[in-house]
Amino acid sequence: MVTLVLVSAGCTRKPGPASALKPTGFGAAVVESSGGKQVGATGMVLTQPLVVQVNDDQGAAVAGALVEFSGPAGVGFDPPSGLTDSSGQLSTNVALGGMAGRYQLTARTNTKAQKAADVKIEEIALGYQEQVGFQLDNKYCARCHNPESTAERVSNYDNLEVKPHPFTEGDTLNKMTDAELTAIIGHGGPALNKSALMPPYGYTLSKTEIEALIAYIRLISDPPYHAPGTVYAQK
Amino acid sequence: MRLQSMKNALSSLWQTLFGHPVRAFGVVSLLLLISLAIAPAKNHFSEWRHYQKQYLALIQTRGDAVTLQRHFHEHDGIQQIWLPQLGVVDRCTTCHVGLKEASLADVSTQPFRRHPVIPHTLDQFGCVMCHRGQGPATTVEEAHSSTLAWEQPILPARYVQSSCGQCHRAPLTGTPQLNLGRNLLGRYGCVHCHTTKLPDGRAIQPTDDPPSLEHIADKTTREWIYAWLKDPQSYAVTATMPNFKLSDPDARDVSAFLIANSTPLAGDTAPDLNNQKAPDPTAGASLYGESFCSSCHAVQNAAGNVVGGDVGPELTRVGNKVKPEWLRAWLRNPRVYDAGTAMPHYRLTDPQVSLLTVFLRNKTDSDLLANVHLDTPTPEQIAHGKLLVTEYGCASCHEINGIKKPDNFAPELTRIGSKPLTQIIFLPGMTHAIPDYIAAKIRQPRSFGAALKMPQFSLAPAQVDALTTALLALTDRAHDLPMALTVPSKPPSNYQPAGKAGKLMDDMACFTCHTINGRGGDLAPDLTWEGSSVQRPWLEAFLKNPGTLRPALIRRMPRFNLSDDDAKELTDYIMTVYQTPEFDRDSMPASGYPPAQVEQGKQLFYSKYACQSCHIVDTKADKGYIGPTLTQVGSRLNAAWIYHWLKDPQAMRSGTIEPNRNMSDEDARALTAFLMTQKGSSKQEAKK
Repeated sequence: MVTLVLVSAGCTRKPGPASALKPTGFGAAVVESSGGKQVGATGMVLTQPLVVQVNDDQGAAVAGALVEFSGPAGVGFDPPSGLTDSSGQLSTNVALGGMAGRYQLTARTNTKAQKAADVKIEEIALGYQEQVGFQLDNKYCARCHNPESTAERVSNYDNLEVKPHPFTEGDTLNKMTDAELTAIIGHGGPALNKSALMPPYGYTLSKTEIEALIAYIRLISDPPYHAPGTVYAQK
Repeated sequence: MRLQSMKNALSSLWQTLFGHPVRAFGVVSLLLLISLAIAPAKNHFSEWRHYQKQYLALIQTRGDAVTLQRHFHEHDGIQQIWLPQLGVVDRCTTCHVGLKEASLADVSTQPFRRHPVIPHTLDQFGCVMCHRGQGPATTVEEAHSSTLAWEQPILPARYVQSSCGQCHRAPLTGTPQLNLGRNLLGRYGCVHCHTTKLPDGRAIQPTDDPPSLEHIADKTTREWIYAWLKDPQSYAVTATMPNFKLSDPDARDVSAFLIANSTPLAGDTAPDLNNQKAPDPTAGASLYGESFCSSCHAVQNAAGNVVGGDVGPELTRVGNKVKPEWLRAWLRNPRVYDAGTAMPHYRLTDPQVSLLTVFLRNKTDSDLLANVHLDTPTPEQIAHGKLLVTEYGCASCHEINGIKKPDNFAPELTRIGSKPLTQIIFLPGMTHAIPDYIAAKIRQPRSFGAALKMPQFSLAPAQVDALTTALLALTDRAHDLPMALTVPSKPPSNYQPAGKAGKLMDDMACFTCHTINGRGGDLAPDLTWEGSSVQRPWLEAFLKNPGTLRPALIRRMPRFNLSDDDAKELTDYIMTVYQTPEFDRDSMPASGYPPAQVEQGKQLFYSKYACQSCHIVDTKADKGYIGPTLTQVGSRLNAAWIYHWLKDPQAMRSGTIEPNRNMSDEDARALTAFLMTQKGSSKQEAKK
């Protein structure tokens, strides 16, 4: 299981015809308003649009500032650039690339002094296997492992005497090997001398499903998970 | 003069090359050699060799270079996957050399990426089955793009789940987008107008249940119809009714016709029997809550979020829509107005009906109808309205007096995923590919011509992609595959319970939430084996007054105010008919287990199996809020059911999230003994 970090290739994309837009305002900084850290699927449009806001040096919203979005190969923005609205915001629909992994997107605006100000936003694209893992997490795991409650699903996290690890908790989960995760999912907490409150799923989930779940956990981990293995000499 | 000099030059060239027989032989041999070398040279400098060389350079520096090189040299040259049964001849692996190499997971440059993990192997399915494109081609252009001879370009990654749908007809865990798209085809009523047959010959059925307009004047006003027609989403953001972009006069005439065409229906209006005193508005809100109306109906809150279920229509501005006399009759018994409605008959008392009516009538938006002023219509306007209703195919979805549902109103979509590009008119600047066409058509149908009838749907970008995905799955290949190669979906069930109980179940719309024998919704537990599961007295009491089993759930079973006779009738039916053939429900006793066994079960519950992480037995100590509360499980469930459930929960109710613990018979028996002692406190019983 390898997590791929696709770093944006330094914004080499030529500004398209959209930059014919004439900015009427200039800010000092661009910040993410909403739509970052989403978990989507490869090649697909994220459910929430990405919204960024341009602020001046006092932190007040700037209308009419030109914002351009860029990302690694395969990422699509609709629209790829535009002017901020009266509340200083610009919204774009993001389609992630065809490869599972983390995508670092950039929103950039020009200051009055023609200097670039940008913000990096990270999104996660699930491939087929991770998508299966995500669905299984939603069905079986999230009720205890996700401390957040939603209207449809009240979290059981607070009710448990021994707190489960949220799947994003890279500091702990990254230290566990795939074999250890397989053991604790398949045989329950006692398999690793942990709490019996974690039941075994080895008779409910198939081997493939457990693999998918681990692939998903590895992908959404924060900080990112780096698979151990041969380190190849770099030329 | 000039001609002469050219002639001289040519003849001297001829002399030089062929003047002497030996020289001539040499020249001819050379020409022959060059011409013979063209084909090998073309082969040598071909694109695919270029990629294979690049690949070898890429793997050279890697730790496992030797293994990778060996894999490569086992079959270099042009590669081919040939699957005669599927009609697949794919040479994609000639350039995409690293598809099967797990160690290339960090390579992000094409064509050398490893293929992501999927449940199928390349050798069994090839590439074009999922990715489209031209399999036999050996150049990038021909394989990926649409050319004169081949119109099928590569399918963009965002629609790739459509390919799964060619063979898999039932929902798959790994294809949420395809599942959503198939759902939306019914939910947004696409298939009312567009006949869409599945490969097994069944037509996709709409699930949006558009209301009949035969008695519309009893229900609402002409002003509301006008505002709704002009912009359905301004009344309810979740409305699935599309916008027909009617002009003001057209909307005026359609609303005039619908009102004039409506016939009264006996019993669909009711006078206010509680006129004397103004009901307390907070009491209305709590009745709305107690009746769990929000399990099915949503309301938009002040922050703009839509909160509630999506089974019934959104009620944010319902006060602008319905007439009070109609609403009273509807709440009293919705089946009078619409026999097939998903809404249960609540059997509310007259004061309760009044309370809810006042509460719902207060849900208004003063802006909605503020600018709607309609004069009494002329007969010409009404006639014009009828013409418009016929032209726009309103009767495809709604029942309208005197207008028949048109047949084949819109193009059939049965094989839309393989529609020949020559039959499609693309817009200027559009990519000439079927996914782009379908997506553009769904996004903005009238961009293809202002006179087109297809209305504007209100869909998020992800929904458009999902619908496109579902439609792209309807290919020639999907329809022509031998049945043996497909994974069929379960045929729809038309199960109907019999007799008086069956009528009661229809009346309470049990199937809106519960599934029985394959028919019904998924909001609540499957009841197919309910009779083997529960004890009779508990069921009868529960039907009369459903208590809380899962405290963490927001959507719960409402109280239907059943009479004693009806509750008994229904209980008898469920206990007799809904039994599993797997075991005899009376095979284990309800009580009398040895105390030692009960104690052993308690130990197992709290230590070995740690059931308290999800269930509550002792309300003071346990906090598990995932599964049902078990404080009175001994009076609710049958011992044999508990035992078999513990042994294999998924066998008792497929899809349940309780994990199978691979429990020994002895452990399962001890736990059953312990759980059967949980009869609930006598105080709670007394309260009921």
